[in-house]
Amino acid sequence: MSIKFPIYLDHNATTPVDERVLEAMLPYFTEKFGNAASRNHAFGWEAEKGVDLAREQMADLIGADPKEIIWTSGSTESNNLAIKGAATMYARKGKHIITAEHEHKATLDPCKRLEKEGYEVTYLDPPLDGVITADMVKEAIREDTVLVSLMWANNEIGTINEIPEIGKICKEKGIVFHTDATQMVGKLPIDVEEAGVDLLSASGHKFYGPKGVGCLYVRRRRPRIRLTAIIDGGGHERGMRSGTLNVTGIVGMGAAAALCKAEMSDDAIRLGNLRNKLEQTITDQLDGVAINGRLDKRIPHTSNISFAWVEGESLMMAIKEIAVSSGSACTSASLEPSYVLKSLGVGDDLAHSSLRFGLGRKTTEEEIDYTAQKVVEGVKKLRELSPLYEMHLEGIDLSTVEWADH
Amino acid sequence: MAYSDKVVDHYENPRNVGSLDKSSEAVGTGVVGAPECGDVMKLQIQVDQATGKITDAKFKTFGCGSAIASSSLATEWVKGKTVDEALQIKNTDIVNELSLPPVKIHCSVLAEDAIRSAIADYKKKNQPAEATTA
Ligand SMILES: Cc1ncc(COP(=O)(O)O)c(C=O)c1O
Ligand code: FES
Repeated sequence: MSIKFPIYLDHNATTPVDERVLEAMLPYFTEKFGNAASRNHAFGWEAEKGVDLAREQMADLIGADPKEIIWTSGSTESNNLAIKGAATMYARKGKHIITAEHEHKATLDPCKRLEKEGYEVTYLDPPLDGVITADMVKEAIREDTVLVSLMWANNEIGTINEIPEIGKICKEKGIVFHTDATQMVGKLPIDVEEAGVDLLSASGHKFYGPKGVGCLYVRRRRPRIRLTAIIDGGGHERGMRSGTLNVTGIVGMGAAAALCKAEMSDDAIRLGNLRNKLEQTITDQLDGVAINGRLDKRIPHTSNISFAWVEGESLMMAIKEIAVSSGSACTSASLEPSYVLKSLGVGDDLAHSSLRFGLGRKTTEEEIDYTAQKVVEGVKKLRELSPLYEMHLEGIDLSTVEWADH
Repeated sequence: MAYSDKVVDHYENPRNVGSLDKSSEAVGTGVVGAPECGDVMKLQIQVDQATGKITDAKFKTFGCGSAIASSSLATEWVKGKTVDEALQIKNTDIVNELSLPPVKIHCSVLAEDAIRSAIADYKKKNQPAEATTA
């Protein structure tokens, strides 16, 4: 089979809409265009039927009740609603929140805003392997802790936090537990009951649904979680998120959820094998390579690799027919080295030279073989150009060199 | 970010990659930048001590494509110039030649610094005895 260029290996950023999802959505643009809130005619009922089915499909994927799904515009909004909504609602109980340094900006920035409003936030410092454990959370909990917000899987390195164990602790202490599951949903099986999650964010475009639609799971029983809305209006979605529903997007996200439910276990095995092959091929042929994050606790389609002595942006240029993501380029430009890798304690040299590979439903073995080969060639070429590699070969310990300021 | 054709050309076919003997009296070596900043540039010049002309130049760069292109171009430009002529090369000349966007201007600054640093090293090694007393 021939390869189609460019090769897309950035599925953590977004995924294409599955053709079957698009099929499901199309009628809702034209024939079934009603407003799901129009209660007194067939157009409204039809749209509502589509939304209700999607609610069931979404709930089914995460082990929730359909009534517990609140539609939003995506995970950024879901995180904002969960964090600000819970912090405001439970402010009388306390004003301390726990999260972690390597969370997505859509969690960190709402927390920062709450800090300005008088809340206190503990940012857990992740270990080098990237996994937040229940013990770390336990130690950070205080009398006045009202909310713990920790992602299920990390978007940059793919590591999976100890969510069920953390959920158990939060339950014991009566603390609301939110998880940003954007990268986890549709990739590996999850169950909000077993995991003791109270609030969960998901986004359609990360699992082959459309962009601009997401949801927040809000627990209704044991305990019933209440939120202060951040968007006021017509009182849609149990008053938690006003605004006419994005019916086409919601129908698409539901259809995407149903497909993931049926196919994710096969996808996970296939993509996990391809990901391992990619890493194996690269590490077999290059020294000075570090795979970031705990190897046995990662989502199967994600790989984050640092290449010593070469810089990430130039490496992206070397593999320009492959779309990947790099948190690199020097600090003097607008691009920062990855704050996620830095928070893990990965050295500056390695944080500047990492690539994230995100495999997806349509990724082929040919694409992975080609990518591995291109990466190896690119790194070798750039090392020929690298004064750091030269120093390494001369036996100079780079950490002892005194670099001039500039 | 899209790169200009000239950046791509220097990146794909870098000129004058390599190293000169840094212990030689006729060689000036400049190393600028730092790994934490994501860029380290090493530029070396070989000078004909009789005429003061730069007869050869080599570079190695750890950095983005624009940094690699800037240093590659710098080695091309210094060759054949006298040391003092080479000091006239400005980072803005590099920016213009390579059509660097604003976020990449500092990559050219680094190349200018590397030239200056290599020349300073050469001059230090070849300081005329009377210069210190004059
Ligand atoms: C972990 C995580 N949280 C939140 C988001 C934001 O999601 P959305 O694009 O749906 O707003 C992303 C996507 O970039 C993500 O990876
Ligand atoms: S060397 Fe810093 S972005 Fe070019």
